[in-house]
This record gives sequence, C-alpha cells and structure tokens, in this order.
Amino acid sequence: MFRYFVRRLLQGVLTFFGATFIVYALMFANQSDPLQALAGERPLPENVRQALTERYHLDDPFILQYGYYMKGLLTGDFGTSLTNRPILEMMEQAWPTTIRLSFIAIIIAVLIAVTAGIVSAIRRGGVFDNTTLVITLLLLSMPIVVLAPLAQLIFGMRLQWVPATAGADSGLFALVLPAFVLSSLVIATQLRVTRASVAENLRSDYVRTARAKGLADRRVIGVHVLRNSLIPVVTLIGTDLGNLMAGAIVTEGVFNIPGVGFMLVRGIRTEDGPLVVGFVSILVIVFLVVNLVVDLLYAVLDPRIRYE
Amino acid sequence: MTDIKAEIDVLPGLDSSARLLDVENLHVEFRTQAGVARAINGVDIHLDPGETLAILGESGCGKSVTAQAIMGILDSPPGFVTKGAIRYRGVDLLKLPEEQRRKVRANHIAMIFQDALSALNPVFSIGFQLGELFRVHRGTSRQDARRRSIELLDLVKIPAARQRINDYPHQFSGGMRQRVMIAMALALDPKVLIADEPTTALDVTVQAQIMNLLAELRRERNMGLILITHDMGVVADVADRISVMYAGKVVEEAPVLDIYARPAHPYTKALLESIPRLDMKGQQLNVIKGLPPNLLRIPAGCPFHPRCAYARDVCRADPPPQQYDVAPARTARCHFWTEVVGDEPAGS
Ligand SMILES: Nc1ncnc2c1ncn2[C@@H]1O[C@H](COP(=O)(O)OP(=O)(O)OP(=O)(O)O)[C@@H](O)[C@H]1O
Ligand code: SF4
Ligand SMILES: [Mg+2]
Repeated sequence: MFRYFVRRLLQGVLTFFGATFIVYALMFANQSDPLQALAGERPLPENVRQALTERYHLDDPFILQYGYYMKGLLTGDFGTSLTNRPILEMMEQAWPTTIRLSFIAIIIAVLIAVTAGIVSAIRRGGVFDNTTLVITLLLLSMPIVVLAPLAQLIFGMRLQWVPATAGADSGLFALVLPAFVLSSLVIATQLRVTRASVAENLRSDYVRTARAKGLADRRVIGVHVLRNSLIPVVTLIGTDLGNLMAGAIVTEGVFNIPGVGFMLVRGIRTEDGPLVVGFVSILVIVFLVVNLVVDLLYAVLDPRIRYE
Repeated sequence: MTDIKAEIDVLPGLDSSARLLDVENLHVEFRTQAGVARAINGVDIHLDPGETLAILGESGCGKSVTAQAIMGILDSPPGFVTKGAIRYRGVDLLKLPEEQRRKVRANHIAMIFQDALSALNPVFSIGFQLGELFRVHRGTSRQDARRRSIELLDLVKIPAARQRINDYPHQFSGGMRQRVMIAMALALDPKVLIADEPTTALDVTVQAQIMNLLAELRRERNMGLILITHDMGVVADVADRISVMYAGKVVEEAPVLDIYARPAHPYTKALLESIPRLDMKGQQLNVIKGLPPNLLRIPAGCPFHPRCAYARDVCRADPPPQQYDVAPARTARCHFWTEVVGDEPAGS
C-alpha cells in the first residue's frame, strides 16, 4: 500500500512538470515579442521594456525561464499578470468559486446517478430503466454549449426559479443551476456505469449468500451490492474532473461566474501568459491530487487492492 | 448460545413433533426467453435431526435449484415454485409471508455454497460478514458480535481466530474460506444445514477435512444435513440416506448401504458403475452414455429412457413411472425396478 502510494506520488510529480512545461511553452515560446503584444499598438519605452524583460527573464534561455517561473510558483509567488494584477489575488477569488461549483456538480451527479442507476439495475427493462436510458442518451448527445444557455433561458429567465446569472460573490443558491448544467456532463456516464455495475453484482454469488443469511433486500442491496458497485463509480469521478473543468469554462462564461474557467478564457483571449500558466499549473495540481485521493479511496473500498 | 433466539424466532404453527424437513411434490420452473425450463418436476425429500441426506445426480439435474427453493433464494424471476410444499416442523415455508420466510433462513435453515471465494463478499472483512448475522438477527452490539464471531472461527478450527477476524476473504486459503462459510452458516444455530457441493472446489486432502468437520458439527448439534454432490465416492462414508435425482425428480431414494449393494434404478446403477475404483485401475471408465434431457423438452414417459439399457415401450409413453416402494424407506421410479435390483450388483 505504501509503495503504491509513493509510486503514484512520483508519477504525479512527473506529470505536473510535464504538463506545466507544455503549457508554458505553448504560451511563451512562439511569441516573438510578448511585451509588444501586451502594449498593443503603442510604442514601448526602452526603460520599461528593460524592466519587464528583467522581471520575466526574457533574455535567458527558454528552459531557464521555465525554471524561474516554477521556482516562483512553488514558493507561492505567481507573479503578476500582464495587466499588472497580482495573480495570487485573482486565484483567491476564482478558485473557491470554481471548487464550490464543481463540488456541488459532483454531489448532484453522484446522488442522481447512483440512485437512478441502482433503481434501473433492479428493475431492468422496466419503465424507469427505459426512461433513464432515453434521458441519458439525450444528455450525452447535448453539448454543454447548447445546454447551458438553454437552461439559463428556461429556468433563469422564463420560469425565474433561480437567478439567471451568478455574480462575484454568488451564494449556493445561485450556483444550483450552473451546477446542474455542469453535472449533466458526467451524470450520464456515471449512471450507466452504476447500472451496469449493480446489475453485475446482483448476479454474483455473494448476493445469494447474503440472502441465504436472511438479510432483507434493503440491506443486501444497500450494503453488500452498493459497496461493490461504487468501486468503478469512484474511479470515474477522478476522470470526470477533467470533463468538469472543461465544462466549467463554458458554464462560468454563460452564467457569468468569476471562476477559474472565466479567468482562463480571459487570459487566453488577451494572451496573458503568466495568468494562463498560473491557473493551469494549479489546475494540474488539483487534478493530480483529486486522482490521488480517488486512488486511495479506491483502495479503501476494495481490500484486494489495499493488500497488494 | 441459549439466548433470546426462542423469543425472536418463533414461527407460528411450529410443531416439534412434525418432521424436521419435508419437501413434497416440489415443482420449479424457469421462465426464460427460450421457453419454460422445468427444472424440478415433483421432488420429495425428507430429513430428520442428526441425519445426513445426500442428493446426487449429474450436472443440471436440479440439485442446487432444489436447495435454493428450500432456502427461498431462487432467482425470481425467472425461477418460480409452481407446486408443492416445503414443510419445516409442520410449517409450510411456501405459505409464509416474506418477512417470516426471511427469518427462517440462517435461524432455522442455513446453506453453504460450492465456491467460498465468490460466495463471500470480497470487500468486507470476515468479521463483518459473520458479525452481521448477530447484529441483524439478534440486535447484538458490535463488540458482542465480534466476540461471538471469534468463537465461531474457533469452532470451525481456524487458527489464530482473534487475528484473522479482520482479514478479507481473499487472504484465506480455499479450505479456510470454506470453514468461514461453515461458521457463517452455523452462527445462529440452525436445525437444517444444506451444503451444496461444499468440497468440489478444494484439494482432495482438504476435501476430507471439510467433510469431517461437517460430520462432526452435525453430530454435536444434532442438525439435519443435506449434502449435495455429484460424486458418489464422497457420500459413501458420510451419508445415511441417498436421493438420486434425474431431470428434476428423485428417481431413487434409499439408505446408503442398500443403494451401494443393490441399486433399484438403472440410472443409479450407471452412476455407481462410473465411480473409478482402485481394483479397476487402467480399465475404461463406464461413463453414462448420452446426455440428460433438455429441460425445455423433457421426453414423454420415463425421462431416462433414451439412455436406459432396460427401456421398453412402456417407458417411452406417459404416464411416467410412479414412485414404487422397493423396501421400507426405499423407493424407485422405474417400471422394472425388480429386474434392476435382481441383477448382479454393479461392478462385480
Ligand atoms: N437462474 C436460472 N435461470 C434459468 N435456468 C436456471 C437457473 N438456475 C438453474 N436453471 C436451470 O435449472 C437446471 C438445474 O440447475 P441446477 O443448478 O439445480 O443443477 P445442479 O444439479 O445443481 O447441477 P450442478 O451439479 O452443475 O451444480 C439447469 O439445467 C438450469 O438450466
Ligand atoms: S422406467 Fe424404463 S426407462 Fe425408466 S429407468 Fe426404468 S427401465 Fe429405464
Ligand atoms: Mg449445483
């Protein structure tokens, strides 16, 4: 178990440096003159140019620039964006918002997917099962670029059940609709996986044993089958996170939520290298940490992994 | 373990003078897409305390389905009991409401399965899986359940029970796992234990140990034991009586010694001749020719007739042979049982 953990940790470190390097390279390497790009049409005074060149180590070889940047990053110094705002400050606002949003989305997705998955696995071929099949197919075929504005139009503007947009310090309630939209990205797959997994486990020998022990169906399914069926679902949450982050870019844009996705879009549009690389680096870390946690959770759920 | 059991698990109508277990004219069918498979077509079985009944027959003859029907754990759908009675001390289990039926399991009738690895839940410790019985059926505390689980592991002779209680099924050897299954089945002190091929998945040496353990526990607790197997060699030492099944019926039932000496049904005889024997080393094994019937289309008359050396016209037409009384406590479903019994004993 410990070795497994260390191995995963080392893999994570490698992934981190690889991914950030690529993003860094994409953002900076092919800009002939990033400073001029920032200044736009205006001519840049020589002393300003020199100061900026110094600050961003633009005279050093590329790999060294990356090294300086990483050093700053790992000591908590994200530098300033090209618009001269401290990036740390922007992060302190954006990250909690996005984490809250994706957290609600994951909870919604798991609650709905696991419950519906169990019910349709138990009543295979029934009305409920067929209905969820149709709904999940619809969800899978509906891109979030369409779904997000559609949901906003219907629930936010027409019915006015929830606020149509969520501003800077948006409360939980304002995040419900965006979270629902976001969860639609992962709910369908999670539901299908839960259903398949429960259906398979229901047929297994240990279920027969559990029933032979005189346990009620509720306990057989809620304890014995559920614990086994959750194993693949939990693994899925790790990979789902990538989908959620991609979805957050669209969702936050549509609902005007100043989260990570929102910042990233702005940074990319204005070619703000430090901003984009800073956010992406943290994104990579979050992604790695969540996957590590998922792996550990996986081991908690399945003792056969734990004792390898 | 003389606790509140009596108060919790009284079944209304339980009659201690009635037979321990009496299965009568049991019919089970599986309604599948391919059609209705008649897996059990009138099984009669009875069992007394302290007795071992072996149920024998080729693969697919309905041994496990019979056991599952008695336990009430058939996969339903597709499986349905369509006729018959399963009386436990006079109470027809088939007529009980599900809630009471559920309490019969483990409390009165328990079962162990062939493959203990897949029969145990891989993600829970065996302490959890054992303790669960006490917590759910008896409402005992976690600690108490744990203490009793350790006692059970001791009972089935698992070394270092106190340490192993937290282990998971995959950490045990095959034989030890089957011991855990036995411990689980005996936890609530049932009166009937059904063992469905408990040793088939094990090494030969371990097989003997498990059989001995079962016999010992049966004796100590005066349980009725139903031992399902398709190995005629295994049952000779442990069983008191044998019921031989074919195509969902008991075709012969007899005390174990009688059946070995003089089988009264051609199928039993063929089974006996298929046992490898030491003095027949090197000779061709006499395997029964042909296949058991397709349960979707069981032939008219005696279902064994396509494979039977004694078959005549009367065997091929309905009605199928009735249950003839061969001797006291001995029956056979064969029109020509007198001829079969009269023949030379098998193998000599
Ligand atoms: N869940 C099920 N669905 C459909 N048919 C079933 C099911 N379970 C059993 N059967 C049918 O019932 C018949 C009897 O099966 P059973 O498991 O009782 O055989 P068995 O005598 O225990 O054989 P084995 O020695 O292989 O365990 C089989 O031929 C099978 O076709
Ligand atoms: S009834 Fe006929 S076919 Fe059936 S076992 Fe007896 S002799 Fe054979
Ligand atoms: Mg079987």
